[in-house]
Amino acid sequence: MPGLIDARHRKRLAWAGVVVVAIVLAILPFALAQVGTAWVRITNTAILYVFLALGLNIVVGFAGLLDLGYIAFYAVGAYVYALLASPHFNLHLPFWIILPIGAALACVFGVLLGTPTLKLRGDYLAIVTLGFGEIIRIFLNNLARPVNITNGPQGIAQIDPVRIGDINFATTQQVLGVAVTGPIKYYYLLLLLMIAVVAINVRLQDSRIGRAWEAVREDEVAARAMGINTRNIKLLAFAMGASFGGVAGGMFSAIQGFISPESFGLVESVMVLAMVVLGGMGNVWGVILGAILLSFVPEILRYTVEPAQKAIFGRLLLEPEVIRMLLFGFALVLMMLFRPAGIVPSSVRKRELESRRA
Amino acid sequence: MTAAAPSPDVPATGGAHVLLAARGITKRFGGVQALSDVGFTINHGEIYGLIGPNGAGKTSLFNVLTGIYAPDGGEFVFDGNPLMNMKPNEVARRGIARTFQNIRLFGNLSALENVMIGRHVRTRAGVVGAIVRNAATRAEERAIHERAYELLEYVGVAAHANRFAKHLAYGDQRRLEIARALATEPKLLALDEPAAGMNATETASLKRLLAAIRGDGVTILLIEHDMKLVMSICDRVLVLDYGKKIAEGSAADVQKDPKVIAAYLGGEISLELPAR
Repeated sequence: MPGLIDARHRKRLAWAGVVVVAIVLAILPFALAQVGTAWVRITNTAILYVFLALGLNIVVGFAGLLDLGYIAFYAVGAYVYALLASPHFNLHLPFWIILPIGAALACVFGVLLGTPTLKLRGDYLAIVTLGFGEIIRIFLNNLARPVNITNGPQGIAQIDPVRIGDINFATTQQVLGVAVTGPIKYYYLLLLLMIAVVAINVRLQDSRIGRAWEAVREDEVAARAMGINTRNIKLLAFAMGASFGGVAGGMFSAIQGFISPESFGLVESVMVLAMVVLGGMGNVWGVILGAILLSFVPEILRYTVEPAQKAIFGRLLLEPEVIRMLLFGFALVLMMLFRPAGIVPSSVRKRELESRRA
Repeated sequence: MTAAAPSPDVPATGGAHVLLAARGITKRFGGVQALSDVGFTINHGEIYGLIGPNGAGKTSLFNVLTGIYAPDGGEFVFDGNPLMNMKPNEVARRGIARTFQNIRLFGNLSALENVMIGRHVRTRAGVVGAIVRNAATRAEERAIHERAYELLEYVGVAAHANRFAKHLAYGDQRRLEIARALATEPKLLALDEPAAGMNATETASLKRLLAAIRGDGVTILLIEHDMKLVMSICDRVLVLDYGKKIAEGSAADVQKDPKVIAAYLGGEISLELPAR
């Protein structure tokens, strides 16, 4: 039976792959730190984008609800952390208490957004969610008077870093003679959270709830006729997606130490949506890849465009910032032309089902 | 054929047990009277035909029955309980499953997943179960998977279990829709033109499938334009025209009814019973 040998072989290969990926992920921050600590920070931001893209993927990819205001939940999580762990209210709660609060509050906001939009789909839903995202941002901008809650456009500064026992994630420590910087510590924390988030996503997709989401995405009328309570299942998608955004927001606050409403504009929502679409809507691995690519490519271009121009033309012809976004946009257009279903389209699932039956 | 065991608390008409009773069902769309004062009863274990010319209100009746439209008047009593102002998902939970005239499968999911989704309403696992994957959830998933595969075999599309529903042949899609509906464990299976677009061979095997489903104790409500099929398999037939009931009775009686012949058949279509 060639199939049998093949399956065993594939399993061994898969395990080898897991080990290699684990080793690479474990030493990655130290390797990056050799190039520059900035790259560790960029990696951390990329992981935050992975959280956001996976959260949005539940709403857009699984349940098929186009959401252009997703960044609002990121903002909610970020502000919850900032308000509960900064001198602003003189509250300094530990992060493992704040993160669940942020996730829960984002969840509530998810339901708040979901309830009035239950009957909307496609373009109409996109417009309403876009408005919702802007409302949240404008609220954050203006909740400084009469009672100063958000400190308005000045934002909130001196946000506490994450502390676990004696480990302060903002400082450099010597571990076994190796200097472990703050960003490297955050990297490992984010990596752990990411493994949890990915596992939750994979398991949700391949479950009764995940199938119900996909049914709603494919045909809502048929889904209802099959006994699926589409109202609850859509609200659940909004709530789950939002809570991932809330967690990401909390970590963002802690890492940055400063947040302001500016960080939560429409462009950010569109960026996260682009990650989901580019990677492959509905496919967890594709979405992760999309988030990583779209976080890194602009940064790589930032560091290569200027030296490249100098080498070719001997002087700077175009501002790096301009050419960077130009190339970035061009890459997106090409992607959508040649791989409209994303880098990793969502057909992996089919094979998975086949192998389980065999 | 296995008729349901008699039980004293179910109201009976003519010795048979009523599964669904409709009284005075009325539905208007703007100025159009889609259904006016339609009443009928379907007995346990019956195959009940619903015929009428295009636009007679057959699909509207389906949509009112399954909660997609709210009726403007009248009521349904299903299995002894009123079925009023219910959402489609609640109707499905109560035990009425349907198919659609213009097939509505979950196209980008596999045939197997389509049927697995039909099990949703009879299973329980929630978000926590999905994430934790405790023993109960795993057992439930296995049961869903096995039952879905059995149903695919039952309707004869198991060979295409892992293909996308949208890539299946037309006749197979119709069968898959029936399997998905059966997965919800209905007491009443409502089929909206299941033979539409099928050739004679496919229709013959559909007829065998419907007989088998009825044999398993599921009552069937059948909208169909294929008169040969309707007349050969239905125990009783309801004829609608312009939203009104114009005849109800056995296939043999209905086809002799002058109103039916005049209003619906216009003499062009033969209502001869096919030789059995």
